[in-house]
Order: sequence, then structure tokens, then C-alpha cells
Amino acid sequence: RREGRRREKRGEANEKAAMSMYGKEQFRCRFISTNPKSLLTALLLLSLLQGFTSSWEDSIWFDYKGVPLKWYIPTGVLFDLLCAESERPWNLTVTFLSYISASLASFGYPSNVLIPCEGEDSAKWNFVNSLKEAAYIINGNCKNVMNMSQSDQEDLWTSVMNGDLDAYTRLLPKLKMGNIEDEFSRKESLSSPVSRQGGGTEIDVAGQVKTARIPVRLYVRSVSQNFENLEDVPEIDTWDEISYMNRPVEFLKEKGKCFTLRDAMESLLPEYSGDRAQTSGEEEADGSQETRGEIKLVRIQGIELKLEIPFSWVVNNLMNPEFYLHISVLVIGPQR
Amino acid sequence: MDSAGEVLNDGKITLEGFTVAARAFADKWKRHNLSFPSWSWVPLINRTLLKKEECYLSLEKIIILSSLEGSAEEESLGVTADWWEKEESIDHTVLVQNVEDEAHYYDYHIVYSASYMVPMLYFRGYSSDGKPLSLDVIKRDLPSSSVSLLLESKWTFITQEEHPYLNRPWFKLHPCGTEEWIKLLSESSSSDGCQMPVELYLVSWFSVVGQVVGLRTPLEMLI
Repeated sequence: RREGRRREKRGEANEKAAMSMYGKEQFRCRFISTNPKSLLTALLLLSLLQGFTSSWEDSIWFDYKGVPLKWYIPTGVLFDLLCAESERPWNLTVTFLSYISASLASFGYPSNVLIPCEGEDSAKWNFVNSLKEAAYIINGNCKNVMNMSQSDQEDLWTSVMNGDLDAYTRLLPKLKMGNIEDEFSRKESLSSPVSRQGGGTEIDVAGQVKTARIPVRLYVRSVSQNFENLEDVPEIDTWDEISYMNRPVEFLKEKGKCFTLRDAMESLLPEYSGDRAQTSGEEEADGSQETRGEIKLVRIQGIELKLEIPFSWVVNNLMNPEFYLHISVLVIGPQR
Repeated sequence: MDSAGEVLNDGKITLEGFTVAARAFADKWKRHNLSFPSWSWVPLINRTLLKKEECYLSLEKIIILSSLEGSAEEESLGVTADWWEKEESIDHTVLVQNVEDEAHYYDYHIVYSASYMVPMLYFRGYSSDGKPLSLDVIKRDLPSSSVSLLLESKWTFITQEEHPYLNRPWFKLHPCGTEEWIKLLSESSSSDGCQMPVELYLVSWFSVVGQVVGLRTPLEMLI
């Protein structure tokens, strides 16, 4: 089953993670996951450990150097956020608790930070809800998800959970998500007018698509000082150091201009825009200006990206199975 | 002020519209709901990543008393601890008895969703020692109509998610379909087919959504 997760795709990176487990038993376990189409979350890592827990009632959670892993965030994102310098193998700590008691907190279960995971169902609903939200953003409504039969939905979820790309690709047309125009795949908007209903995309008089909304989940880590090497970036202690933004990117298509990843990032993080001379228009009393913040590093599921890459390529190749782009960003905060 | 373009034809609302509607909602609530604590407008100026207009409405520390007998609907009082202390005319012996039953505290936040382009209600419950309440416990505080809807519905409409700004788990009412019933509300309330004025958007929205969690909207607010 672990071998079955291996898939070759253009532009992907291989990620090896080894888990050392403490607690009752100590042993190492290795698996290979390929990005970007895998929705491998911490929960799915758990399913690999099924041999070691008797049931889902056992409390189990992962942490990396004391920071608990949120199971609903894809592991690729967790890896990007928590390890500035890619650490391979990625050493995680898993904690098992066999006994459910009212005083879970006394064992260190981070319930004020982590949403409790009630097994595979939690992950499935999380996936379906994200899919509905993405459908709203792309199509203006989530009718396509609601109209899917229960069994098709189950099959889609199963294909994602098993990392079965063939099954997923076969089921995609049943989802009727709507096309996102891509210069690289040469799908012209005029050939698929049906999917452009609702508030998702606007069509101008000439019938050509002007804007599209792309679902994005942005995870931003801000450091106060510039650095030369990634190794110099301090490790994070808590999730409060990471800002999360769930906001769609308005993908503007102008003739002759290429909408790049930089353009997308600037629309989401205007304070870090390169073109601005001043951030707030205010000057210090002694006449010195604030220095702008700077985007240092952009990663999607372990792949570092140059900002000049056309955004349409990113959308068509690095989107997760629930149609969301998960982007991890490291920025230098504006100096004041 | 021309509000066209802020409330969209399909029942959705822009961020700018939400800001206007939220202030109007908070004002009307303060004026017409004197016995209830008021909503406060929480700006996010500390967060360098978000534009200044992004804020949310907050109503916190609402106490719902669930006694052992009787349904939560009849017994619950929506008050805050501060209000309680100010009201000297209340018979304190009765109060003491009630407090021994479990007092549940609730916080409500109204947040704008950029994905769905409608407001969303986030809420959480906790006991007097600050420990979060589980959904099962919270369900006992909800009106019985909501609970039966929860059971019947194919799609879960109360989900537990991370609060978009506070990095902690909260409960949220799923916004799916919001714009459809807002559109219905606005069509049925205006005879000449005019769009709903933006100042009434959040009031109308809350008159429906608030009922799910047992918060009533005074009729005077809808004028």
C-alpha cells in the first residue's frame, strides 16, 4: 500500500518522512509520499499506524518539536511551515493515550489548540466542506457538490484517501467543477460557457473571461529580521506565529499580460508588495521611512516556487484534490 | 449613500457592504435590545496581514442556564455576568440556586466570509472554569427545533472549525444556501422589487440565523 502511493508527475518533489514513535513502543516507520495531488494529512498518517492502535477511541496526536500538528492541514503544508530548512527525514513525535479520561489535559493533549479528530469521518467531512467552499468560489454556488450522488461522493473521498489518482481522475467529471482557463492547457473559455454561471466568474461583452476566483489557503510566517540561510530562521513555538488566510485570489486576465504568482501574492498580501514606495504613507518624525516587508519564500507542498511563474501553471498543477491551493509563505515583517 | 453594488442581486454581500451592515446592526441592536448586552466591533489592526476594514462583530459571555428540569428554551436567560451584578432588584436567593446548576457561557462572532460572500456565525460554549463545551453539551442548550434539524439534515450544518482569526477551535453555522434565503427575504419584503438596503442586510440575516442558536431579534430592528 505504501508503494502504491508513488506517482510520477511533472514538477513534483519526493518527500520522505520517517516517524520515530515514543511511548509504549519505539520503532521507525518510513513511507514515501508524492506531491502535489496527495491530500496526506496527519490523520491519514494515522491510518498507517492502524496496526498499533486497537481503535479510533485511542487519543493520538503528532507533534514536531512540541508544536502539535493540526490534522486538517495537509502534511506538505505542515512541513513547509514548521521546517524552514527542509528536514529529511522529518522527525515527528506521536503520542498515544489508551485511556479516555476527563483529564486528558493532564496528559498534555492540546485541546485548546487542536480540534479533536473523531476518526476517518472527520477527515471526510473536512474534505467535503472544503470542496463545497471551493465550488462556491469557482462557480458561485456548490450545486455541483450537492448534486453528486452519495456513492460518487464516497468513491471520490476513497480515491483521495487511498491516493488513487486513476480513480480520482475518473470521478472528476462527475463533480462538474467547471474549467479554469489555462494558457498552458489551451482550454478556451468560449468552448465551455455552461460552467461560467453565478458570481464565480465574470464575462465581459466580448464573451471572454476577464476574472476567475481561485480558492487559496495562505499560511504566513513572519520573521522580524532578514536572514541569509534558511537554517538561520528560528523554529516556531506555537501556532500563534502563523497567520492563516482563507481568501480567494482574483485571477485577472489581461491580453498580453501574464498574471504571475507574484501578482497573486501581492493581491493577498499588499503590505509586502514590491512596487510600493511606502506602506502607509506615514513617515517617522525624523524623516526616515519604514522599510517594506518582503516575501522571502513561497512554497506549495514542499516545492519552492519562483514568483515569476505564471499563476495559471500553479493553479493547474499544484492544486489539491479539494480544489484548494495551499500556499506557505515566509516573510520579513515591515521594520518599524 | 448609494448602496447599490454592496448587496448583490443573488443575496451575497461585499466586504464593504458587510462593514456598513454590521455597524447598522450593532447600532439597532443597542437601541432596541436594551435588556441585552451589545455587540462590539472588533477591528484587526494588530494583524499586519489584513486590511483595516476586516473586522468582526462580537457578543461574548452570554450565560445560558440549563437547569436539570425543563427545556433549555424556557429556562435560559441571555445575560452577562456584569449585567447580573448591576441588577440589585433580583432576588439573590433565587439566583444562587440557579447558579448551582451548570452555567454555560457563550461567545458569538459574526465574521465575513470572502469565499461565500455572506456573513457567518461562529460560536463557542464554555463552563465557568473556561473549559470548552462539546457539541453534545451545546446541543442541549440549543432550541429543540435546531436539534431536530441537525438530526434530519443530510449535510452537517454545525461544523467545528478553526476560528479564521483566533487560531482556536470554534463552532460555525455552515453558510451554504445563505444567499438563497436572503434573496427570498428581500423579494418578499419589498413590493416594488427594490433591493434590500445594505443597512438591513445583517439584521435580516440575523433574524433567521440567531434563532438557530436561540438568540431572538426584536421586531423593531427590522424596520
